[in-house]
Parts: sequence; structure tokens; C-alpha cells
Amino acid sequence: MKVEVLGSGCKKCVATAERITEVGQALNAEVTVEKVTDAEKIMRYQVMSTPGVAIDGKLVHSGSVPSREDIEGWLKGAA
Amino acid sequence: MFEIFTRLADWLAYGVLGLQASSRFGAAVHFFIEDTTKIFALLVVMIYLIALARASLDLERTRNFLQGRHRLAGYFLGSGFGAVTPFCSCSSIPLFLGFTSAGIPVGITMAFLLTSPVINEVAVVMLWGLLGWKFTVAYVAVGVGVGVLGGLLLDAMRAERWLQPFAAKAYEAATVADGGVEVSVRKPLTPRERHRFAVDELKEIVGRIWKWVFIGVALGAGLHGFVPEGWFAANLGAGQWWTVPAAVVAGLPLYSNATGVIPVLESLLGKGLPLGTTLAFCLSTVAASFPEFVLLKQVMQWRLLAALFVILLVNFMLVGWIFNGIAPWLAIG
Repeated sequence: MKVEVLGSGCKKCVATAERITEVGQALNAEVTVEKVTDAEKIMRYQVMSTPGVAIDGKLVHSGSVPSREDIEGWLKGAA
Repeated sequence: MFEIFTRLADWLAYGVLGLQASSRFGAAVHFFIEDTTKIFALLVVMIYLIALARASLDLERTRNFLQGRHRLAGYFLGSGFGAVTPFCSCSSIPLFLGFTSAGIPVGITMAFLLTSPVINEVAVVMLWGLLGWKFTVAYVAVGVGVGVLGGLLLDAMRAERWLQPFAAKAYEAATVADGGVEVSVRKPLTPRERHRFAVDELKEIVGRIWKWVFIGVALGAGLHGFVPEGWFAANLGAGQWWTVPAAVVAGLPLYSNATGVIPVLESLLGKGLPLGTTLAFCLSTVAASFPEFVLLKQVMQWRLLAALFVILLVNFMLVGWIFNGIAPWLAIG
């Protein structure tokens, strides 16, 4: 599955991407994490507060670093 | 109400550390202890209470509220929401695009973005504690004024012409389609969720600003202890007109947030720097930052950025001159 982290590259966005990668490894899930910094793409997802998270092109979260439980839920749901 | 912090500083600086109240170092240490204890105590209480109250306010709601407002009211509302909506400057660009693609005029969006760094709960709490309510009211009025005036001017020059093409297209599409953004409404929060939000906010904000408080207060304490009383009054006079542009230029390369600059203001005012000149310096440090401008380049063409920059500089100077003019009637500063 493809996970996109939406954000301009601030500290929280980096933390979000790292946490998703970690949880993915712990679950042995096949996950590619990609950081999206392009303003136009972020606009298409209609995200106004970053970091946002989109999974396979669908927005699942925005506005904060997501909790581990949330990430586990997303990754398991698609595994 | 705040006397307890003065007494605490008396006891620590002159009692425990045995410093002389008349010495420069003693005065600086006293200032440092009094201000840091007061600021942190105030911040913890106030951030928590304010976060409780605004837990359910988010950018989506703000945008819905601003959509389709009458222009003039829109500038004040945009600026007002910029002051109260929790917002991190790293979200400036998504916010700008989110508002723009909902058909909100550039001027109203910029009123939000210009006021946002100037007024926040931390700034207001610190001003109130250190400089009193009159100065706080003046400061808030200035912050809103800069946002409203900036927004008005940008729309008057039809700033949307100079957005980056993709942003301009999104704005046009929204104004034609009467703002077609679908917005999900969240469930109301339970008291428990509110409390959780407030505690998270408190941790997040204090974790982010504590360094600034120490740096700001240390600078302020240095000025307080080592610059002679009335030095500014003697050297920069009773606010000659040129002190205002000089203060703005001096503040530009300094990039600080409101938290770091307020203890410095306290000292500057105490040493007789005129009120308007002090405010102009503060705005220039807090509201105009190069990192922010670089970010905005993603959605604005150079012409618009340059226009925005000039508008800000002129606004800061107007604030300085106006407040130097009316300071005698306000009996502050």
C-alpha cells in the first residue's frame, strides 16, 4: 500500500513519516511511505492543517502527528 | 495580584543569592526571576483555560464561517479568526490554498495570515502580565489593524491576478461554482476530550516556547540592568519621526516570535523608548519573517510578494507614528 504524508516538511511531518515507517516495519506490512511537499497536490486533498496522511489516494488524517494506534488501524485495515 | 512574583524575586535575588538591589547585576537577576516565574505561571493557567474554550474551533469551521461573507466584515472576521484559531505557521500554505479554493478573497485570507503570528494567547497573556491591560488592548488593536488594512489593500489591487497559476485557477473555479467545497462536520466534544485537547495544547505550546521565554527575558533583563535609566529618551529623543523607520529596519532581520520579543519590549519601554517606536520594532520582528515569505512564494508571484512586503512596512510605520502621536493621551509607555 502507498502512504502519502502531506506537509511542507516541518518537524511534525518528518515525525509522522518516521512513525508510519516504524509501525509498518513492526507489523511486517508492505508499506511505501512518500512525503508530499508539493502545495498543489496537498490542495487537491483539501488538507488545511498539516501533517496530513493519505492512504492509496484517500485522506485519512490531518492536523497532527497521528497516534500509533491510529496508524496500526490504517495499516491493518489494508493488509 | 502579581506582587507575589516580585516578593519571590526579592527573596531569591537579594535574600538567598545575597545580591545588592542597587547593583546592575542584582537588578538584572531580579528582573529575570520575577519575569520568568510570572510568565510560566500565567502561561500554564491561561493556555489550559483558553484551549478548553476553543477545543472545537478548527480551520474547517473557520473557513465555513468566512465563506461568502461581505467584504468589509470579512477582513475583520478573517483577522479576528487569525488571532484565535489554533494554527501553526508551517500550515500557512495549505491554509492559504484551502481558503482560496473555497472562494474566499485573497485579502481576507491574508488578513488571517497577517494577524495570526502577532496575536495569540501567549502574547496576550505575557503583555497583560508584564505591561498591563492598556498596552494589551493597544497591541491587539494594532495586530487586527495590520491584518485588516493589509487585506483591504491587497484586494484593492486585485491581488488574485498575481497568484501562481494553479492557485488562481482554483480561486476562479470556486467563485464561479459558488464555493463547492464539501465540509465534514465533527461530532461535538465530550468534556473529557476537551480536557485531553487542552493538556496536549499546554504541553505542545510550552514545549515550543520555553526557550524563547528564557532568551527574551534574559535579553530584557540585560537591558534592564545595564542600559541606564532614560538612555533611549536621551538618545532617541521624544520619538522623532525617523526613529520609527529605523526601528522597523532594525527589526526586519531579527526573526522572533511574540513570546521572545515581549520581555524585551518591557525593558525598552521602561528605558524610555517611545511607545510607537517600540510597537513598530515588535511588529517588524514578529510579523515579517523571511522564512514565511519564502514559503508564500509557492502560491504567489514575485510581484504580489513584493507588494505584500511594501504594504507591511508601510503599515508598521503608520502604527509607529500614530502611537507616538497618541501615547501622551494613553498614559502608557
